[in-house]
Amino acid sequence: MPARQRSARSVLDADDVARALTRIAHQVLERNRGPGELVLLGIPTRGVPLARRLAERVATIGDADIPAGSLDVTMHRDDLRLRPARALDHTDIPPGGVDGKVVVLVDDVLFSGRTVRAALDALSDLGRPRAVQLAVLVDRGHRELPIRADYVGKNLPTSLAEVVQVQLAEYDGVDAVLIGQLDRQVEHAEVAR
Amino acid sequence: MTGTWLLRGVRPLGGDPTDVLLRDGRIAETGSRRNDTSGAQVLDGDGLVALPGLVDLHTHLREPGREDAETVASGSLAAALGGYTAVHAMANTDPVADTAGVVEQVWRLGREAGHVDVRPVGAVTAGLGGQRLAELGAMAESAAAVRVFSDDGRCVSDAVVMRRALEYVKAFDGVIAQHAQEPRLTEDAQMNEGVLSGVLGLRGWPAVAEEAIIARDVLLAAHVGSRLHVCHVSTAGSVDILRWAKAKGCDVTAEVTPHHLLLTDELAATYDPVYKVNPPLRTAEDVEALRAALADGTIDAVATDHAPHPVEDKETEWAAAAFGMLGLETALPVVIAAMVETGLLDWSGVADRMSTRPARIGRVAGQGRGLEPGAPANVTLVDAAARITVDPTGLASLSSNTPYVGRALPGRVVATFLRGRATVLDGKQA
Amino acid sequence: MKHLLSAADLSRDDALAVLDTAEELAQLAERPIKKLPTLRGRTVVNLFFEDSTRTRISFEAAAKRLSADVINFSAKGSSLSKGESLKDTALTLEAMGADAVVVRHPASGAPHRLAVSGWIRGSVVNAGDGTHEHPTQALLDAYTLRRRLGSLEGRRVAVVGDVLHSRVARSNVLLLHTLGVEVTLVAPPTLLPVGIEAWPCATSLDLDAVLPKSDAVMMLRVQRERMNASYFPSAREYTRRYGLDGWRLAALPDHAVVMHPGPMNRGLEISAVAADSARSTIVEQVSNGVSVRMAVLYLLLAGEEAA
Repeated sequence: MPARQRSARSVLDADDVARALTRIAHQVLERNRGPGELVLLGIPTRGVPLARRLAERVATIGDADIPAGSLDVTMHRDDLRLRPARALDHTDIPPGGVDGKVVVLVDDVLFSGRTVRAALDALSDLGRPRAVQLAVLVDRGHRELPIRADYVGKNLPTSLAEVVQVQLAEYDGVDAVLIGQLDRQVEHAEVAR
Repeated sequence: MTGTWLLRGVRPLGGDPTDVLLRDGRIAETGSRRNDTSGAQVLDGDGLVALPGLVDLHTHLREPGREDAETVASGSLAAALGGYTAVHAMANTDPVADTAGVVEQVWRLGREAGHVDVRPVGAVTAGLGGQRLAELGAMAESAAAVRVFSDDGRCVSDAVVMRRALEYVKAFDGVIAQHAQEPRLTEDAQMNEGVLSGVLGLRGWPAVAEEAIIARDVLLAAHVGSRLHVCHVSTAGSVDILRWAKAKGCDVTAEVTPHHLLLTDELAATYDPVYKVNPPLRTAEDVEALRAALADGTIDAVATDHAPHPVEDKETEWAAAAFGMLGLETALPVVIAAMVETGLLDWSGVADRMSTRPARIGRVAGQGRGLEPGAPANVTLVDAAARITVDPTGLASLSSNTPYVGRALPGRVVATFLRGRATVLDGKQA
Repeated sequence: MKHLLSAADLSRDDALAVLDTAEELAQLAERPIKKLPTLRGRTVVNLFFEDSTRTRISFEAAAKRLSADVINFSAKGSSLSKGESLKDTALTLEAMGADAVVVRHPASGAPHRLAVSGWIRGSVVNAGDGTHEHPTQALLDAYTLRRRLGSLEGRRVAVVGDVLHSRVARSNVLLLHTLGVEVTLVAPPTLLPVGIEAWPCATSLDLDAVLPKSDAVMMLRVQRERMNASYFPSAREYTRRYGLDGWRLAALPDHAVVMHPGPMNRGLEISAVAADSARSTIVEQVSNGVSVRMAVLYLLLAGEEAA
């Protein structure tokens, strides 16, 4: 995400992120009574390393290998026509597939809910999971669809004039969650997700 | 609009302003006549360049047969608006002008319209078939008094037929005007053969197909002692052959179209068939060589090859489109842009290449006689400082396939006089 | 990018975007539901003035997998055979609301005319125009090559056959050059266009000299009838001098692949041994065509409003 905010302030540091992920891992195992038929699918871009980290933790705590992959949602978005056609991200479904599995979608920020809606559509074209759950690092509110997360790292009430930016070591060199003011001079900022 | 005219303050051949009096169909006097109008109609020339009426050696009036594209009336009006007082109407009509009957019909239609002298061209071979001579003598003796014979559209490619034609017309001071295009080398050809034709995937029309025929024909004409005229020369190589032939004393004349003096084959990259023409637009080197040849007289005349086509024959994919561009109403502006503004030709040169020599080649008595007192009053007045923007809907031609759409060109024909009668005044039909 | 008329329309980034997108879309073939909703509600018209079941089906499959509606307009079964003009056909399609028109036409430049004439508002995709270009063929060839060889930059590809009449050759020379490939055209002198020195590729009249240095050889279809117009004396001589037979196949480096846009003249430009060998990509070129054409339709249409 482009860092076009002025005076961004940090609301989560690396330790906070690590603790949140560990807590979510415990919650996933608790809610599903063990590793069972779990498959974690990260929504690109930053949902993907989050899913992988989550899978590692779940595997350690639950003492079982959890498949993790990625699910690109570009082709299922409802706002394609608003901008020139975007490049596709990579979809990588682990070898066991999704039929009959408990799929946990993983994303960095939950905002309008449209991305998750697209992910649900993309998922239904791949097979029929037994259940779908949603894990997000940050829930910033302002839902436009009836979508809710099962696991939340941090609830962050925000105004629409603010931008939430998640940084992860795999892409940004550091783990952090920042909030800044939306720079009105910037056109087409990544506001609705 | 007939009678006596006083053209005040015009500049004959671009020279100093003077007054020109037209009376009884002739140029009566030139010189300053500030107060004495002698009961004449007065046209305030105000610095307009005066040229002898232009003579076109090569026009397609399409009648009989393709009156949807052009008629003798509409085409000759377009000619007058372009500053012409005589045009040669090519024979590839339907039916072909290969008999006295058809050429007399065209001649009569021209007289009835009254805008310019229409001189029908007779076909060389019957039906343009290239096999058997047409009745050239009958056409020469008809009321149309044909002197120029051409299968234009097709090449007289059979060497024996060409030889016989060259020999035969000597009897009545006729001339064969050859459309030089070796047919086998140009089967289904679409544009100039060069780098661009390979890139665009359009079959090429190689320069050698024109040059080889011209080379053969100048040698044939010299061998049988006949005149030869070469239509629409388009390549630098053709210019070289003509220069050589003239230096050797061959009685050969040649013409070039306005579009070949200005446009190149790069325009084909648009795939817009308005640029599709035969012979095709060539390279910048060819354009340069043609301009130099017209300047030094190796090419004798500008001839429009005005080729009207209806919309449905041009608004298609390239390969399906007809060949040809309009030319009569834009000829002088294009020549001014290509030759006068570039300093290659002065106004007396323009008069020579667009009036004097074409009239001589076509044996048109009473035309191309300049602006001296006593000459027939065929006069064209041009506003050399004006710029026109070509609007295809504003042309007198029934068709609109002009390649200069939206282009600004220098010069505007203000008035045209045919034997002392105004055919065009203030840039419009008189 | 609104139209795809020529491989020259694609910058290096554009071309890579198509290849990368096709890479992702190729996974669709493995899924139970081979459909994406992306172009739902759009209409893609296949306007084929020239017979080509193979290419038409490929575009049809591509459009349908993206949930677009497909209308097939073929010259044979319509008023076109009675001489309806290109313009009138285009105006009819426009009245039906075509978002994209995929055109194959025997006249070079026909897609170009459709794109600039103002008769239709949709995107025009050139599916082959006369002897001019066939950009989606070049894209699927590049895609196939990249998959087989792993990379394209610096590779050497020989394109062999009737270059003069081949739209596939023109598009491939342009696109492969854009992607950093060194192309060598090999043909008898009569089948090389005038001005070929200006093309961004090398030429050679000697196939045997070129093959050992090539990472891929692309054989172009040669029509037997060309010998009646004296382009070559006989089919036998053509095959002997320019055909890919078993000996020439063996002269290729071990990793090199054999390509052919199809349809093949087995025994003329390519022997059965070469066509059926493991090095041959001819069959996968066909399936890759659907993914590549999906990518093209997606990139041209997804960001636009419906017609």
